[in-house]
Amino acid sequence: MSAQNLIARAQQWSKDQPWRLYGSQISILVRNEVRRNLRRRIWIYLLAFIPVLLILSHLIFGRHNFDVDQIENDTDVLAGIVQLYYFRLGTFFACMGIFTWLFRGEMVERTLHYQFLVPVRREVLVVGKFFAGAVVAIALFETAVLACFCLTYARFGSAGKSYVFDGPGLSQLGSYLLVTALACLGYGAVFLALSLLFKNPIVPGVVIMGWEAASPVFPAWAQRLSVTFYLKHLCPINLPITGPFAIFTIVAEPVAPWIAILGLLCLTTAILVLSCFLIHRLEITYTTE
Amino acid sequence: MTPDARQIVFENVSKFYGEVLGVNKVNFSLEPGITSLVGPNGSGKTTLMNLLTGLIRPSRGAIYVLGLTPQQPIEFFRQVGYCTQFDSFPPGTNGYDFIYWPLRLHGFGHDHAAKLTNEALERAGMAQVAGRKVAGYSKGMRQRIRLAQAIAHHPSVLVLDEPLNGLDPMARSESIALFQAIAKQGMHIIISSHILEEVDRISDRVVLMSSGYVVAEGQIREVRKEVRDHPMQILVRCSNASRLAAAAFELDHVVEAKILSDGQSVLVRTRDAEQFYLLLNKIVSGGLVEVDAVAPADDDVNSIYQYLIGTDGAPT
Repeated sequence: MSAQNLIARAQQWSKDQPWRLYGSQISILVRNEVRRNLRRRIWIYLLAFIPVLLILSHLIFGRHNFDVDQIENDTDVLAGIVQLYYFRLGTFFACMGIFTWLFRGEMVERTLHYQFLVPVRREVLVVGKFFAGAVVAIALFETAVLACFCLTYARFGSAGKSYVFDGPGLSQLGSYLLVTALACLGYGAVFLALSLLFKNPIVPGVVIMGWEAASPVFPAWAQRLSVTFYLKHLCPINLPITGPFAIFTIVAEPVAPWIAILGLLCLTTAILVLSCFLIHRLEITYTTE
Repeated sequence: MTPDARQIVFENVSKFYGEVLGVNKVNFSLEPGITSLVGPNGSGKTTLMNLLTGLIRPSRGAIYVLGLTPQQPIEFFRQVGYCTQFDSFPPGTNGYDFIYWPLRLHGFGHDHAAKLTNEALERAGMAQVAGRKVAGYSKGMRQRIRLAQAIAHHPSVLVLDEPLNGLDPMARSESIALFQAIAKQGMHIIISSHILEEVDRISDRVVLMSSGYVVAEGQIREVRKEVRDHPMQILVRCSNASRLAAAAFELDHVVEAKILSDGQSVLVRTRDAEQFYLLLNKIVSGGLVEVDAVAPADDDVNSIYQYLIGTDGAPT
């Protein structure tokens, strides 16, 4: 078949699709899933807001120092919280909880058949559920990161305000919010696919966590296969690598921000496409869950 | 075979769960009307219904519903409504939302979906309690709200897995009247039950199932006849096998009486088990033969039928 024929067939296929229906179905699925997800999973709220509570308690009970040098120190602390806690632990475990539950949780609760007995293509179901999970995860973690940021600089009064609005603060915040959203999308897609591949996605999830954590000591090419590699290159502040791992760490070539963003979005899309294939294999056999 | 746009067609359908047989080599086609799938628990009725609606995929064969397959979900599920046996609901949902939101996924606008929701709630007799959480419903109410959801979009094919379970007598007769009214509109209704008597009087045809196989299928009268005419095997262990075999042969309905190799057992094939049991009683009470054991020797359509109807209409 010639390329022209292929293109013509693809165009015809696209023309035949009820895109408006798909759009309204996705928005209904997102609405229902978000309502369902927001009501539950208290531990995910805790996961997101633990650093906020720590900074808040430091603000209330700690000794106040308003030196400009201290702003620089606190900026590094904030970078550590975002890069070491949020990217490696917080978003990782929250996405594991939110996205694996989208399908596997419904199997456990024996309610997935309701989703399979409506005139919705399974691909649309995957996309709708993914968006719902992404909305919840991104809203939660962006709020948490924003709260951390505000609390970090609020105590410095006018100096903090000046750092944020006249200095590098605002662009750092933009970077953190972007990276948080990308982390939620990347990890979300991975865990959604894992939940369709495995009955118990926790074990492969732990393997992925090990891979992500150990990736700094991998050769440069292997580092590129981890989500945190790209996220790290989008972060505005480079954290010095210390501790026993430092001697094993191989510094990989930096990646341009647009490549990092595009790379993660492509990875997310590719994993979602895989999930669309996997969902067709899924059968309602609650007794084996 | 070209799928008929009016029929439900099972083409050599088998389903295995690993090594375990779900259903095997199922071949039949159904016209509009009420069809009952009847068989003991574990006979494959729910598997057949789940296959029909695409919740599980056949290991072999193909299924067409009005010329459609579940791989075309948009067209397929506009035609099909399935009231499953799974007694679970999305957490926190109330009766109204349980019907309304799936209708929105069908593509109905708010007004139309609300109208259909209210209509379905009325038909199922659930309008008064629609605002309550489903978690607080009784078993019968949960059954009815699932039925309401299955019929809300006016499907052409309604699949009901044990729909009368948990209903009180009043709700049962209302549900049966509802099924009959829907069937009169030219729709397919497929009902499963392990109690033949329950669906016997409303069914146009029946599919008898046992151990994953369709053992009889057709108009209810034909199946009854097939069941009646099918010889039943009875194994009798006794003190004088040749005497019992000779006595059995004198009966018209006995097709075969075979003395087994142990010399103490007779395998009798009869078209009228009750008459044979009467004869056996007579022989035993006359002291001619001492009987150690009597048991049906097969699991054929007749024994299944006996299981299904029992002696008082309930499974034995």
